[in-house]
Amino acid sequence: MSVAAIEVRDVSKRFRLYREKPTSIKQRLLSTRSRAVEFWALRDVSFDVPQGSTLGLIGHNGSGKTTILKIIAGILRPTAGIVNQRGRLSALLELGAGFHPELTGRENVYLNASFLGLTRRDIDRTYDAIVEFAELEQFMDNQVKFYSSGMLVRLGFAVAVHVDPEVLLIDEVLAVGDEAFQAKCIGRVRDFQREGRTIILVTHALGRVTELCDRAVMLHHGVVHKQGTPEDVVREMRYVLLGIEDPDFVPEEGSRAAEIAGVDLIAPDGRAGVPILVGDPLTIQVDVRSNRPVDDLDVDFQVLDGATNHPVLDARTSSGGMDVASFDGKKRVRFLVDAFPYQPGKYWVTIGLSSRTTGELYHVQTQRYAFDVVDVPRIQERVDVSVQIEVDDL
Amino acid sequence: MQANVLVVRTSEPPRLRVVERVREIWSRREVLLNLVRKELKVKYVSSFLGAVWSLLNPIVFLAVFGFVALIAGLALPNFTIYLLSALLGWNFFTTSITNAARSVIDNGNLVKKVAFPREVLPLSSIGVAGFDYVLQMVVLFLFMALTTYGVSAPAILLFPLAVVTTLAFTSALSFLIAALNVRYRDVQHLLNLSLLVWFWLTPIVYPEGLVQEKLQHYHLLGVNAFRLYLLNPMTDITIAFHRALYGAGHTIVSSGKPALVSYGVDTIALLLCAVLVASLILLRVTWKVFFDLSGDFAEEL
Repeated sequence: MSVAAIEVRDVSKRFRLYREKPTSIKQRLLSTRSRAVEFWALRDVSFDVPQGSTLGLIGHNGSGKTTILKIIAGILRPTAGIVNQRGRLSALLELGAGFHPELTGRENVYLNASFLGLTRRDIDRTYDAIVEFAELEQFMDNQVKFYSSGMLVRLGFAVAVHVDPEVLLIDEVLAVGDEAFQAKCIGRVRDFQREGRTIILVTHALGRVTELCDRAVMLHHGVVHKQGTPEDVVREMRYVLLGIEDPDFVPEEGSRAAEIAGVDLIAPDGRAGVPILVGDPLTIQVDVRSNRPVDDLDVDFQVLDGATNHPVLDARTSSGGMDVASFDGKKRVRFLVDAFPYQPGKYWVTIGLSSRTTGELYHVQTQRYAFDVVDVPRIQERVDVSVQIEVDDL
Repeated sequence: MQANVLVVRTSEPPRLRVVERVREIWSRREVLLNLVRKELKVKYVSSFLGAVWSLLNPIVFLAVFGFVALIAGLALPNFTIYLLSALLGWNFFTTSITNAARSVIDNGNLVKKVAFPREVLPLSSIGVAGFDYVLQMVVLFLFMALTTYGVSAPAILLFPLAVVTTLAFTSALSFLIAALNVRYRDVQHLLNLSLLVWFWLTPIVYPEGLVQEKLQHYHLLGVNAFRLYLLNPMTDITIAFHRALYGAGHTIVSSGKPALVSYGVDTIALLLCAVLVASLILLRVTWKVFFDLSGDFAEEL
């Protein structure tokens, strides 16, 4: 674990963007240097990936994720900086690289797999598993030009997940296929992890990052914006995605005269930290500990929609007509939220302790807590509505 | 196992170490084989005659040039063998380099998305042309056997040497042209024109003996003009192919003049060795050019 499979050190990459790329000698002679716009896709990017760990790489489109993968894979050369990489590497930047429509499924498997670094013997050995994974047993001797796009994707992925590298770079390719196929793919990534392979996963699906990765790096306009635990980085990513670019984002602040000792988000059955059903009530329970006698405590909470980051619900003890009495020690405040009427999805909770009189912030935890709202699929029951009948002559 | 081999990537192009690089390409030979297989398959799949097409091209050539040679009064005895013995090698050479010129561009998507030794791309063009060459040569040998056209022992040894030399020279030019064409698409247009001129500068359809007779009386800057003519590597290769397959043990005359150059087999072998050595040196140079430029292919496309 201690050895880094990949060390990225101060890597920068400059692209020259031409309005129209000079592809002939004449054009090259005529075009002045100034016509090319320089563009730094990466600036001083550094991170490590320890052997056997999984790194999630996130960032909006054009943030440099694919560029850094290509540099690690050796497809692009860095403009500055160093990448040290140990172990056999396979980069899945595209499904079905090299697929040719005129070839049969079988031939394409061998062609594609050889690009991913498999030898003929490797492929002979895993061929059946590949076909089974793709669920295309009857079609392997058909030309792939007769395949549907879904079949092509499945075949490409089936080859991809049967590669046998020590280091695996996966770019976005998990985002294909239907639910069931995706689940299968996630399962394969977990297998890779169990087998001790090192993985870099580039994805837009932030949920995957927290689900699968040990660490995460967020790139923003070519620089490392944040790296750390997947939870922290994903939270930051949500901020940036929603346009709230707040470099001074402080998850916690306050004078700590009173502190948030614990927060539980409780479902109607009394369990904390479980998903809430649509239309069910929710209890937000805040335990407060004072560090000196506090006589004007105001507790408030705010719920934000994880998809839009818009506040959807808030309440505060003072405006609710509940004045927390002077205390020195511990208090428990419960917000009983009636039937929770929101869309299924993720919600963030911010908790704040402040002074009713001076407005002094004692302790604020911004979006520290979260809960999921889920919908239970229900069977449509028999309904009794009137049906009108019209008959016309034609 | 190459486990825990440290790969370091920096802005500097890595140095080309030939042995190491050959080993690397060899370890990815599956890619090369599959690319060749794909090209052949795609070329001939869903065509009724399939590989027969690759035989039709030289036959049509033969008919046309046989006709022209007859009209021009250059008729050589056994013109079929004279023409094909060198033309097939020439076709291998030109097909290789014209396809190699486009090999990187046409596989742009692969180059941008997959890491593999880029040399594989021009090499696969050579492989595809080589497959056709072997096929065509088998037919030529069959034809020679059926017509009981004899070859003689020392001369036939020129044949493998000529093939190897062609291969080395073809590879050298393929690397250079493939790499340059990525940046300057002029190259492929220039190439087509050059090959046309080059073809007629090489004694493939006309008797080489005639050239020797005419040119050796002229001097350019104090050098015998025929010696200058021999500076074209394809000429030396062509002369070798002719001697190996066509003129072995025969003294062939065309309209009263010798059809072949007056050199002995040993002299031709020496010429061929010189071309081979020069080609290998050139190959080392153009390979480095290709290798250095290949780091930027993914950006240039």
